[in-house]
Amino acid sequence: MRNSFFSKKLVAVIFLIAGFVSAQNHEGEEVETGAHDLKTEIKEYIDHHLLDSHDFNLFSYTTDEGEHKYVGFPLPVILWDNGLKVFLSSEFEHGEAVAEVDGNYYKLYHNKIYKTDAQGTINYGGHQGEETHEEEAFGEHLVVDDTHPTNEKPLDLSITKNVVFIAAVALLMFLMFRSMAKRYQKSTMPTGLGRFLEPLVLFVRDEIAIPNIGEHKYKRYMSYLLTVFFFVWIINLLGLTPLGVNVTNNIAVTFALAMITYLITTFTGNKNYWKHIFWMPGVPVPMKIILAPIELLGTFIKPFSLMIRLYANITAGHVVLMSIIGLMFIFKNWIGSPLSFLLAFALSLLELLVAALQAYIFTMLSALYFGMAVEEDHH
Amino acid sequence: MTIPDIVGAGLIVIGAGLGIGRIGGQAMEAIARQPEASGKIQTAMLIAAALIEGIGFAALFAA
Amino acid sequence: MEKLLEEFSLGLFVWQLLLFVGLLLLLRKYAWKPILGAVEKREEGIKEALEAAEAAKKEMQNVTADSEKLLKEARAERDALLKEAREIKEGIISEAKEQAQAEGDKIIKQAQATIESEKKAAVADIKAQVANLSIEIAEKVIKEELSDKGKQQKLVESMLSDIKLN
Repeated sequence: MRNSFFSKKLVAVIFLIAGFVSAQNHEGEEVETGAHDLKTEIKEYIDHHLLDSHDFNLFSYTTDEGEHKYVGFPLPVILWDNGLKVFLSSEFEHGEAVAEVDGNYYKLYHNKIYKTDAQGTINYGGHQGEETHEEEAFGEHLVVDDTHPTNEKPLDLSITKNVVFIAAVALLMFLMFRSMAKRYQKSTMPTGLGRFLEPLVLFVRDEIAIPNIGEHKYKRYMSYLLTVFFFVWIINLLGLTPLGVNVTNNIAVTFALAMITYLITTFTGNKNYWKHIFWMPGVPVPMKIILAPIELLGTFIKPFSLMIRLYANITAGHVVLMSIIGLMFIFKNWIGSPLSFLLAFALSLLELLVAALQAYIFTMLSALYFGMAVEEDHH
Repeated sequence: MTIPDIVGAGLIVIGAGLGIGRIGGQAMEAIARQPEASGKIQTAMLIAAALIEGIGFAALFAA
Repeated sequence: MEKLLEEFSLGLFVWQLLLFVGLLLLLRKYAWKPILGAVEKREEGIKEALEAAEAAKKEMQNVTADSEKLLKEARAERDALLKEAREIKEGIISEAKEQAQAEGDKIIKQAQATIESEKKAAVADIKAQVANLSIEIAEKVIKEELSDKGKQQKLVESMLSDIKLN
């Protein structure tokens, strides 16, 4: 009964998201130049989509006069460059202008802020002084951007698109779970949203925390596990909507999450855990000496793999999905476009699964590491 | 991306694929043999697959 | 790897860390603790209710057993009472019978004694009367003798034949 209810809802959500995803590429339709330009355009679009940005762009289009128009709103830029500098990202005019603050000049170049002179000159010191180099790969002629600006980079603590999205998800989660918690004061049975969320909370507790950490010690880790599970899941799902802000395909975000897991593991680890790292019991002494650095390295590799896994899965998913959507506009015929539409649809479904699966695996492995850290000696 | 990079990446994908495939296959077999332990087997399977995946990704990024 | 390092944005990292830890602390205080507490309380409540039901069932069984035992005892008591009553009844009856017998015997004996004494009295009386009669007869005989010797004889003889001793 509950299952069928869930599956119906799920199907509805899937259709909705698939619709959004297909709506996502109206921007591409505006491109009317040749096939090669279209490919470059799509590649650029995908690159742009994967990157963070300093303003919240909903979509952009080119007018008949060839002018680029952006629809969205600017976000605050916060720089630390011998003092705090705060201004709106609209001053960059999407990288086309130089922003002047307190006598300093800043320019947005490839989504990064560089300190420049008044003209906004970017100095390059990249691949043998060339801006780009060309190479043959995948049987195609690619133009690879190989520039490395040598300009000074101020410490950029701007509220970027991703930060806005993270804050929005945090707010959403807080409101959701706060209202859920409040309802428990009235009755012991979940009502409303709680009916959907409670099985998930119990899933995290009964299927992830208790089997991996143990009946007696799981409680202190529940807050983190629940928060990270819902955070990653919700943010992955929202990344599939037409807003398409992929937060978890930023290595900085997954690094922060993995670092928290690492810190919790390290600070809650008991004597037994450290003994297993530095002086592995039950093996001869020479082996102990060899194992110690390996085990120590292992403690870093574990959160590192957490970070890379989440980042790579989401990034790969989005790249493949967007490439297939892009194919629709390259084929522009009766066979190719519907085919790639169907493929994109199927992939969207897969991505929905991946969104949940990655949240589950991240939480699950975190719980496993916590479990290792608090495991009692039973030799 | 040069040709050796691509070949390396391909090898990594083949290796990781074989590894995860083997884990999945063995897990299926184990579940078929002991359906009542499917929960534990799934958990162990996911962990092992995740570890291989992690190594695979690390190698891919290094390549 | 280089691309990853180049992509790494310190600002985003700092914001993510701040926002996530803030969210974690807020949710821990305002959501997870109440939710998990409520769920645990409910589960405990269900467990307790089940245990209570089990206990009540056991109690019920005990009560049934007790009442059966009581019933049995009552029945046994009733039987014992009935038996006792029957015994008492029989005792009373037999006693009464005995008493009646004794009384009757006594009355009969008294009656017999009375009869005996009456009889004795009667015999004595008769004896007296016979003596009186004998005397009278003797008187008359004497009187007749005085007149005629033959006649006197005849009279004595006739008179003797008349007198019948009981």
